[in-house]
Amino acid sequence: MLQRIKTMRSSTRSNLVTYGIVLGFYAAVQLLNAAGLLSSAFIGQLVPICAYVMLAISLNLTVGFLGELSLGHAGFMSIGAFSGVSFWMATQGRIPAWLGVLCALVIGAVCAGIFGLLIGVPVLRLEGDYLAIVTLAFGQIIVNVINALYIGIDARGLHISLKDAASLNLAEDGKVIINGAMGITNIPKASTFTLGIVLVVLTLAVVLNLIHSRAGRAITAIRDNEIAAQSIGINLTKYKLMAFIISAVFAGVAGVLYALNFTSLVSRRFDYNTSITILMFVVLGGMGSIRGSIIAAAALTVLPELMRSFGMESYRMLIYAIVLIAMMLFNSAPAAIEWRKKTAQKLQGVWAAHKKPAGTGSGKGAA
Amino acid sequence: MKKYLSLALAAAMAFSLAACGATGTSAPAGNAADSTPAASTPADAAPAEGGEAGAATGTLNVGGIGPLTGGVAVYGLATMQGAEIAVEEINALGGLQFELDFKDDTGVAETAVNAYNTLKDSADVIYGTTTTDPCINVAAETFNDRFFQLTPSASSTAVTEGRDNVFQMCFTDPNQGASAADYVKDNNLGESIGIIYNNADAYSTGLRDAFVARAAEIGLNVVEEQAFPDDNTPDFSAQLNALAAANVDLLFMPIYYTPAYNIVNQAQAQGFAPKYFGCDGMDGILDIEGMNPDLVEGLMLMTPFNASATDAATTSFVEKYQAAYDGLPNQFAADGYDAMWALYYAANAAGIDADNMSHEDICEALIATFTSGDFSVDGLTGSGMTWSAKGEISKDPVAVRIENGVYVTM
Repeated sequence: MLQRIKTMRSSTRSNLVTYGIVLGFYAAVQLLNAAGLLSSAFIGQLVPICAYVMLAISLNLTVGFLGELSLGHAGFMSIGAFSGVSFWMATQGRIPAWLGVLCALVIGAVCAGIFGLLIGVPVLRLEGDYLAIVTLAFGQIIVNVINALYIGIDARGLHISLKDAASLNLAEDGKVIINGAMGITNIPKASTFTLGIVLVVLTLAVVLNLIHSRAGRAITAIRDNEIAAQSIGINLTKYKLMAFIISAVFAGVAGVLYALNFTSLVSRRFDYNTSITILMFVVLGGMGSIRGSIIAAAALTVLPELMRSFGMESYRMLIYAIVLIAMMLFNSAPAAIEWRKKTAQKLQGVWAAHKKPAGTGSGKGAA
Repeated sequence: MKKYLSLALAAAMAFSLAACGATGTSAPAGNAADSTPAASTPADAAPAEGGEAGAATGTLNVGGIGPLTGGVAVYGLATMQGAEIAVEEINALGGLQFELDFKDDTGVAETAVNAYNTLKDSADVIYGTTTTDPCINVAAETFNDRFFQLTPSASSTAVTEGRDNVFQMCFTDPNQGASAADYVKDNNLGESIGIIYNNADAYSTGLRDAFVARAAEIGLNVVEEQAFPDDNTPDFSAQLNALAAANVDLLFMPIYYTPAYNIVNQAQAQGFAPKYFGCDGMDGILDIEGMNPDLVEGLMLMTPFNASATDAATTSFVEKYQAAYDGLPNQFAADGYDAMWALYYAANAAGIDADNMSHEDICEALIATFTSGDFSVDGLTGSGMTWSAKGEISKDPVAVRIENGVYVTM
C-alpha cells in the first residue's frame, strides 16, 4: 500500500490529499458533533460552507485554469437556486422529498449550464477587462430580472408575469412561487451537511479529473498562451466554453444547495458583492489551486462569525477587512514571499538537524 | 489580468470598509438615576401597573438581531437604540431585569441565521429582526426551537404566517397599504392618483400591491404607476415626466425617505407639484442632512410615531434618546422601545420566572398572554395596542402633515 502511494504520480497523490481534507473535515465534524463539542453557530454554517467551497472550486476553473476573469458567478448561482427551488416548491407533496431534492439539483445544474452556454458564446470572444465587465453586467441583469419576475402555479399549469402577483390570474387553489422582490418564501429546508459534502466531492471529482485530462491541459494551454495554443490546433471556443459551462453548472448546483438551507430566497442575495466574495476565495486560496480554494472558502466563511465569540461584535466587519488585506499581502507581496521562503528554509534546517542529531551538521548549514 | 484583479479586490475591500462606517456603539443609554420611570413609562391596561415591579422575576435574556453594519444599518441601529433606552428604564424599576444582547446580521438572511444560532444558547426570547427577509428565516428557526419572537419592524405577512410564536410591533404591509387608500378616499386627498415605488424592495411592492387592490375596491382613481429599481437611483426624471403627463394630483410614495426626498426635489425642479402621501418609511425625511424643509412642506405621511409630539411619554423618550445617541429618534427606535415594554408587561402578566423557566415555557406563556384579548399596551406608537392570534398588531394608523418643518397630526 505504502509502496503504491510512493510510486503513484504526484498529481494523483495531491488529489488524494485534497479528497482527504474534505472527508477528514466531514469525519471530524461528525465526531465532534456526536460528542456535543460543536456550537450551534458552527453547525448552522456547515451547509453554507459546502456551497461556498463548491462555488470557489468552480470559479477557480474559469479564473485559475482558463485564465478568464468572471465577475458574474453569483448570477449562475442565482439561476440554479431559483430554478431548482421553484421546482421544489411546485412539486411539494407530489413527489417524495429525496426525489424532489435530486430533481431540484439537476434542474438547477441544467438551467445554470444553459445560461453558461448562452452567455459564454458571445462573451468568451472578449478578453480580460472586457470579459470581466460583461460578466458583471450579466450578474446584475439576473438580479434585476428575477426581482421583477412573478411565477405562480395552479391546476392549469405555470403562470408567469413581469408586472405583479395579481396579474398572474391564479385559480383559487393556485399559489405564487416567485413573488417578485419578495422572492420565494416558506421553503421547506432540505439541505444537510452530508448532502453538501457529497456535492463537494462530486465537484472535486469532476474538476480534478478535467484538469488532469487532455481537455484540462488544453484549457491551461489557452490560459498560458492563446496564440500558441491555437497554432498547435487547440479549438479555443470549444475548450473555453467547456470550462465556462462546467463552472456555471456547479455554481447552479451550489445555488440550489445554498437555497434549500434557508426559508426564503431573494435575488438581491446574489448581487455583485457575492460574486466578488467568491472571487476573493479563489484569489486568496491561490489561482489554480483547488485545495487553496477549499480552505480559503471555508476559513473566510467562518471567520466573521468566529469574531462574534471574541467580543468583537461591533468591529467584526472592520477586522474582517483588515484580516483580508493582511492575508492578501502575506500571500502575494514580494517581501512576504521572501520572508516565507526564508522561514521555510529555516524550519527545514531545524527539521533536518532534529532528524539526524549525530549527523555532520549539514542540516544546520542550510539554516 | 493581475492588475485588474487587484483593482477588483481593492474595490471589494473598499465596500467592506464602507459597510463598517455605520458600525454602532452600544454605549448605555442615558443615566439611570435621572430617568423617571413612573412618568415616562407608557400607562398600561394589563395587570402590571406602569412603574411598579410586577409578578415576573429574574433576568430575561433578550437576544436581539438586526443590521448594525451594511446598507440598512440605520434601521437596525435605531431598533437597537430604542430598545436599549427601554431596557434602561425597565431595569431601573427593579423586579424583572432585561439583558439585551444585540447581534449584527448586516441585513442578510444567512448572517441573521448565524446570529440567531449564536444567540440561541443563551437567550430566553428573540427580539428582531429589523428587516423582512432575514426575519422570515429567523422566524422559521424560532418556530422550530420554540422561542418567543417579537419583531419591531419586519412588516411582511410572510414573517408571521403559519407561526404562532412570532409577533409584530409594526403594521403589516397589506394593512398599511389598505389604510393609506382608505385615508386618501375618506379625506378626498386626490382625484387622479399616481404611484411611484421601488419594485426591487419587498416593503415597497407590498404596500403598492395593497394600495392598488384597495383602491380598485373603493373606487380610487389610480392613473399612473412608475417604478424604480434601487433606493440609490440618482435620476427620476423619466418617471416624473410620465406622472406629470398623466396629470397626477396626489402622488402615493410607499418608499423610504432617501429616494422620496430626491423625487420631491427633482419634481420641484421640473415644475411638477402634486400633493405627496407617504407611509412609515417616509419617517426620517426631516433628518436628512442639508435638506430643505420648504420642499417637503405639506407632505403627508402615515406614521405610528411623531417625535415632535408633546405628550410626556414621547418627550421623555426623545430627550433620553438625544442625550444618548444624538439625533431625533425615528419610528424604528420607537417601535423598538415599545417592543421592550410590551415584552415587560407580558412577562409580568404571565408571571414569568426568567431564571428558572425554559425558553419553551416562556414562549408558550408569552403567546398565551399576547393573544389573550385583555392584554393591551399603551406605547409611543399607539395606545391600546393588541395582537391577533396570527401575531399581527392592531393599532390606529395616524396621518401627519409636515408644516413648518415639524409633523402636525391631521
